[in-house]
Amino acid sequence: MRQKPIIEFINYSFQYYSQAEPTLHDINLKINPGEKILIVGPSGSGKSTLGYCINGLIPFSYKGKIKGSLKVQDLITEDQNIFILSKIIGTVLQDSDGQFVGLTVGEDIAFAMENDNVKIDEMNERVRKVSAKVDMEKLLNSSPFELSGGQKQKTSLAGVMVDDVDILLFDEPLANLDPATGKATIEIIDDIHKQTGKTIIIIEHRLEDVLYCDIDRVIVMEEGRIVADMCPDELVSSSILVQDGIREPLYVTALKYAGISVSKDMKPGYLSSLDVNTVSQPLKEWYQSIKKPEEESEEKQSILRMDNVSFSYDGKHQILDNVSFKVDKGEMIAIVGKNGAGKSTIAKVLCGFEIQDSGDIYYQGQNVIDKSIKERAEIIGLVMQNPNQMISKTLVFDEVALGLRLRNVDEEEIRERVKKILEICGLAPFIEWPISALSFGQKKRVTIASILILDPKIIILDEPTAGQDYRHYTEIMKFLEEINKLGVTIIMITHDMHLMQEYTPRAVVLAEGKVIADTHASVVLTDHEIIKRANLKETSLYNLAQRVGISDKTDFVQSFINFEKGVRVSSED
Amino acid sequence: MKIKLFSYNRLDTPIHRLSGITKLITFLFLTFAVMFSYDIRVIIAVMIFALILLRVSKIKFSQIKVMMIYVLIFLVTNAIITFFFAPEYGVEIYGTRHEILKIFGRYNLTREQLFYQTTKFFKYASVIPFGIIFLLTTDPSEFAASLSGMGISYKVSYAVALTLRYFPDIQRDYQDISQAQQARGLEISKKASLLNRFKNALLIIVPLIFSTIERIELISNAMDLRGFGKFKTRTWYKKKKLKKQDYLAIIVSVLIFIITILISVFINKSRFYNPFI
Amino acid sequence: MKKYFEVNTKTIVATGLGAAIFTILFMFIKVPSPIPETSLQTAYGLSAFFAVVFGPIAGGLISFIGHALSDAVQYGSPWWSWVIASGVSGFIFGFAYKRTRVEDGEFKLTDIVTFNVIQIIGNAIAWLIVAPILDILIYAEPANLVFTQGAIATVMNSISAGVIGTLLLIAYAGTRTKKGSLSKK
Repeated sequence: MRQKPIIEFINYSFQYYSQAEPTLHDINLKINPGEKILIVGPSGSGKSTLGYCINGLIPFSYKGKIKGSLKVQDLITEDQNIFILSKIIGTVLQDSDGQFVGLTVGEDIAFAMENDNVKIDEMNERVRKVSAKVDMEKLLNSSPFELSGGQKQKTSLAGVMVDDVDILLFDEPLANLDPATGKATIEIIDDIHKQTGKTIIIIEHRLEDVLYCDIDRVIVMEEGRIVADMCPDELVSSSILVQDGIREPLYVTALKYAGISVSKDMKPGYLSSLDVNTVSQPLKEWYQSIKKPEEESEEKQSILRMDNVSFSYDGKHQILDNVSFKVDKGEMIAIVGKNGAGKSTIAKVLCGFEIQDSGDIYYQGQNVIDKSIKERAEIIGLVMQNPNQMISKTLVFDEVALGLRLRNVDEEEIRERVKKILEICGLAPFIEWPISALSFGQKKRVTIASILILDPKIIILDEPTAGQDYRHYTEIMKFLEEINKLGVTIIMITHDMHLMQEYTPRAVVLAEGKVIADTHASVVLTDHEIIKRANLKETSLYNLAQRVGISDKTDFVQSFINFEKGVRVSSED
Repeated sequence: MKIKLFSYNRLDTPIHRLSGITKLITFLFLTFAVMFSYDIRVIIAVMIFALILLRVSKIKFSQIKVMMIYVLIFLVTNAIITFFFAPEYGVEIYGTRHEILKIFGRYNLTREQLFYQTTKFFKYASVIPFGIIFLLTTDPSEFAASLSGMGISYKVSYAVALTLRYFPDIQRDYQDISQAQQARGLEISKKASLLNRFKNALLIIVPLIFSTIERIELISNAMDLRGFGKFKTRTWYKKKKLKKQDYLAIIVSVLIFIITILISVFINKSRFYNPFI
Repeated sequence: MKKYFEVNTKTIVATGLGAAIFTILFMFIKVPSPIPETSLQTAYGLSAFFAVVFGPIAGGLISFIGHALSDAVQYGSPWWSWVIASGVSGFIFGFAYKRTRVEDGEFKLTDIVTFNVIQIIGNAIAWLIVAPILDILIYAEPANLVFTQGAIATVMNSISAGVIGTLLLIAYAGTRTKKGSLSKK
């Protein structure tokens, strides 16, 4: 007998009033009760809009033109208000700080019940029960500032489960989490699915991370249409992902590099199900064939050195504890570590926003202790994560010129320098444009340009790729590589494992304010101790090596990196 | 400088144990009592009561030192300019004139002026301990529930809860933005000219507002999705039930308020206590 | 059609976050004036901006809550006469809500004039009438003192709301999109 779908789109289209064209075209999609569905697609593909249609934000909050029909549990959503839908579908949003509206965990979990006029005693009871399900029952009185990203997300999850909804919708649940927490989140979702049999819909572009647990079907979206609706094995072995600009799982990339034609019957959807017998031989041969690059023997010149730097806000809790490392001229390095490990504080101390309690910072051998914030900015520039936190002018030109104007450089020289920088940043055509007309990636570049205008020798970027899909990630990173080739030393604060693997040969790892490792990315991504203390996880290449029986897994990962660099260089030529 | 909105610390004193709504109501009644009265005897009496409560709630002087300095600066400035603008105002109020000291021109110190300004000084000062007790002993989580319990629309009450919830986030954003703009060359020191400081302020305000606007949409979506505003009423998870001591505290504060008014109406026959006739 | 006093979730959230920004600006970003107890408060530029974008209820509450909170934090207790006046000013700024087209991405000369006329009226009512009268009623302050202070505050806050408010609104209008105008490339 065929099941009756719990969600059914029939020839559904949607156009926001502010848009000239529909965002969703002719969507036909059935989701059955108890299914676990993953919706992937690049930014702008309409996957978030599809989520809004399901949870009722369309048409409740976002007005537009609807064609066709969408039924949720046999109710036509257009005729329902968001409150009725919110009893059927619980939505966990990507920004857990935005979703966390209560002053404490308990209040936030109780929020929906408060709105339903539930009595206090019953609320207490239900909050206790549901918080225990997500392991938060001991933290009911904690405020959001005392919680980690993962704990905030668990609170959000408890806050929607308190209503016993039938469908759970996760909108980019991994976007703001470090790798270890992301992995834990996927496990929690899987547990809930197994225990309760609820219908689960996950919207995410990080395919590999979601496929850590079982998924029934993956829906691929592109330009407002569904371009694929299939099981992971089939999807991963097709060419859809590459065409759609979604990153395929790394182990699949490795198989392809090794010349293996990946097919559905190898069960490549999950690394755990992959049939290793057929791939093991060619993979090992490929691995052995990769040439080691010659060790660069020339002595590099150090540009920046932190020497036993310690810092604390309150005199008790050390945020930085004897931190020492150096950066060579022209390097591109990553600073990694979990939230609260002291990453951002390093940036603040380097820029002079905070002054270290002890220790010294040297730029080209000179102590910078006496330099003001303004003077340090001419050596070290900082690019914040959210470009909107830096942009204070309406026009691109004015924004980039700001740093020079505040230094009373004459207007003619400013014009020259801004032009030059915008050319470097690929923004020359936009010089007279309003910034609001630019895309997120272009805005990011404007902020980088507005820092580069002061001609710093080093720039620090805080999470340059956070929340970006594969295409935008590549775009930003390619751009940073170009800047780096022009001689600017780049330090990135990140927990993006792909970034480390693909762009920064060296990573400094922090934990509890101490440097616990300063080594090759391939080591960081494969060393258990480091991974655990920095909230990372093993790259799937490590697990692949393990499964096919390659003993030196770190070397395998390093070889992959070397090989890929070769691929990238040749594709650029 | 980091400011904590409510430097609430969880202590177990009779004041801490009162519910938020009790504290809000008593705070308002006692404040209104001294705001209404211009009788220094009443004001001093209430102030002594306030200082006792301050002791009971175990508030340390170090917690309120900065506030005290601010208040003192304010009171002294107010005293000076009051005298500068209206040296004869006391005479006008009390209807008699006893000169103590000739300063120059129309600036002569009278007993009436001294008495008026002293009363005013204590009138302002007496409100402060109540405010401090309220701020330092009320769990911020209870605050919105208390407002709503007083009959203020729950939506407005929730707006206050959101202010308390997001204040630290926005303060952190403010600091980050301010530092990043300083790196670009923004001078926030007092050296800059007035116009420049005004322009420079915008360099912080614009990014602060525009990055906050993004969040408004997100947060309101999150609240809509969890049924905010569905019904005409809502309950509050953190609302404390009123106990015997709560009613007692409310009665005491109402009594003080009524007595203050009665003293004005029947004894002083005016808001002012006039010792000069 | 937007109504002046409609309150939806977005209004509430804007109020809550707006009041938090107001508090911060009120405490940290002010330019002192030569006259004691008054200063150029950039916060009124913010309340004017929010009032025009989200309406009089949001505008009034933002300045009321924000002013009360920052007074409480700095002085231990709100100074009600001025807190109420702040609320009144923010509320009146909100009457530019329907009269300007900032949400549709337009804030041209006529809108700027409309906004500034309303803004000056609002400040005058709040600081020339409400605040001094409350000061006289509650604290029996001398009339010539409070009206002088009120006049100064009116000028100061009108400058603040006028300059900062106008600039913010122009910038905001630039980020709004006109109906049906967006297309991919």
